[in-house]
Amino acid sequence: MFAYAVRRLIISIPVLLTSTFLVFLMVSLSGDPLADLRARQPPPPESVLRAQAHELRLDQPMLERYWHWISGIPRGDFGPSVQNINIGHELWIRFGVTMRLVLLAVLLAAIIAGVVGVVSAAKQYSPTDYALTGLGFLFLAMPVFWFAILLKQLAVNINLQTGHTIFYTIGDRSIETTGGLAAQIGDIAGHLILPTIVLAITSFASWSRFNRASMLEVLSSDYVLLARAKGLPRRQVLVRHALRTALAPMVTVMSMDFAAFFSGAIVTETVFQWHGMGDLLLTSIQLRDVYPVLAWLLIAGSAVILMNLIADLLYALLDPRIRYA
Amino acid sequence: MPSSQPQEDHGPRAVRVAPTTGPSQGPARPDREFTVEARSQSRLILRRFLRHKLAVASLVVFIAVVLFAFAGGAVWHYSYDQLTPDISVPPSLRHPFGTDSTGIDLMAMVMRGTQRSLEIALFVALTATCVGTVYGAIAGYYRGVYDTLMMRFVDLVLTFPTIAVAAILGSQVGTSAGSWFFIGIILAALTWPIVARVVRGSVLSLREKEFIEAARALGARDRRIIFGHLVPNVMGPVIVSVTILVATAILSETGLSFIGFGVRPPDTSLGLLVSQAQTAVSTRPWLFYFPGAFIILIVLSINFIGDGLRDAFDPTTTRVRS
Repeated sequence: MFAYAVRRLIISIPVLLTSTFLVFLMVSLSGDPLADLRARQPPPPESVLRAQAHELRLDQPMLERYWHWISGIPRGDFGPSVQNINIGHELWIRFGVTMRLVLLAVLLAAIIAGVVGVVSAAKQYSPTDYALTGLGFLFLAMPVFWFAILLKQLAVNINLQTGHTIFYTIGDRSIETTGGLAAQIGDIAGHLILPTIVLAITSFASWSRFNRASMLEVLSSDYVLLARAKGLPRRQVLVRHALRTALAPMVTVMSMDFAAFFSGAIVTETVFQWHGMGDLLLTSIQLRDVYPVLAWLLIAGSAVILMNLIADLLYALLDPRIRYA
Repeated sequence: MPSSQPQEDHGPRAVRVAPTTGPSQGPARPDREFTVEARSQSRLILRRFLRHKLAVASLVVFIAVVLFAFAGGAVWHYSYDQLTPDISVPPSLRHPFGTDSTGIDLMAMVMRGTQRSLEIALFVALTATCVGTVYGAIAGYYRGVYDTLMMRFVDLVLTFPTIAVAAILGSQVGTSAGSWFFIGIILAALTWPIVARVVRGSVLSLREKEFIEAARALGARDRRIIFGHLVPNVMGPVIVSVTILVATAILSETGLSFIGFGVRPPDTSLGLLVSQAQTAVSTRPWLFYFPGAFIILIVLSINFIGDGLRDAFDPTTTRVRS
């Protein structure tokens, strides 16, 4: 298992390196960072433009700029920014904020998908199955932002009705937190509830449908029949025999959706006014601030590649044949 | 989506694809005791699709939405940029969807927004499908190093969050008249790998089939084998992935417009309408519910149509249909 993990890790290094180049190429070609400065009235003197271009390394040829950028990253230098922020430091904080939302949502979605898939498959063509399938289709069709606003409004109404702040609807944490560590963690967890639900509910449906299909396939196999025939309780057969086998293909499907979680997180964070990665990205794009955007893509891409790696390892754990292939 | 379609092609298509393999089927056909009308493959697929009630109903709904979006503007007596004296009116007979705070009729705006969103989605689906099909077919046909490199690139494109990359590229587009076209190109550039993966998977197994071997033995060139024999036979999975792409594109475009990097005013799209209604959920809820309901209606019907098509093209999956 360990050797397999190392092998997979080594394979993902060239992928990551290629993606840095691709990202750099894309962002460099996507527009002129000085366009706003040039368009300013009265036009700024040539010396200012040149100084700014030098500051942003625009006077260097592209390959040199790429090398300059990529070689700075191991030292924690992500390049200059027009927002006067330390990109590495700022992004690290934002990354923590967004990742706790993304990871929790992936986990919640996986649990919901597992339960819904098993229940639907066990009671195939029952009213429960139809209801769950229908709900799944509905959530699959629901735009993240629409559901987020709906849930936020619902929470605001509940808060108004009861006169207490039961649900936090704005921000990733309270501005002033009193009390010790436990109170702070509680505060952060409270702010996480609604966005996590939004992200999980809008993404679990494709997984649960897949899980249902593979559960049905497994349930009709001989070894499940044998397990039932030798008198094992139905619940044990479903969970321990069938689900473990059915989960392996679902993990593959899950790993393809991780990038979508980041897309969903950007939109969800916008609705709940979080200071996460989404906010940093959108602000940087608006200011045509190139280096934070580059760093953002690099970090998000790496996170997705890492999550894919974990999914691969999980697959190998569920299906021992993979490890020795 | 494994394509088991070709295995069932013992009928008309197998004969059509490899006519030379059947010399035994001479001119003297024995008279049949029972007259059975021969059905073409496409007729069979159509019959199977029509049996899927939900899919047919969804198709009707989808066509209705398309008519509403593209023909509605010509019929409806308000325009999406016309200020009426009725300000912030809830849904009524005059304004079935109500009006916004400047008096613009919401139904006219929803028509226009749906039209934009559908235009972008259909454009994305068509472009991405063509690119993805050719790319996937080439990768699957040549296998080996080409395949590995090409599919690594596909993996790479799929590691980036669509909305983030589209926002970066789309930030330069601005408010020009043809901007929806650029948004379409950007989204297509990010979604074609979905089709490429599906097609490559099907082609990998198809290329080992006898009719391909026969074509090769006859001296057909690679291009003819790929476009004449392989691509027509992966049409089933490809058409299903078109529906997936339309749904994905609608959700991406509306999300992009929602965060301000997609369709921009004075033009409008369903995502932009929801975004503008964000602050009015409690005071003028109709502004929020109608555009959202249309997004859900479109994606829901497209998904059901896709489900019906999948069953029609590949009846073996019907047993475990969800």
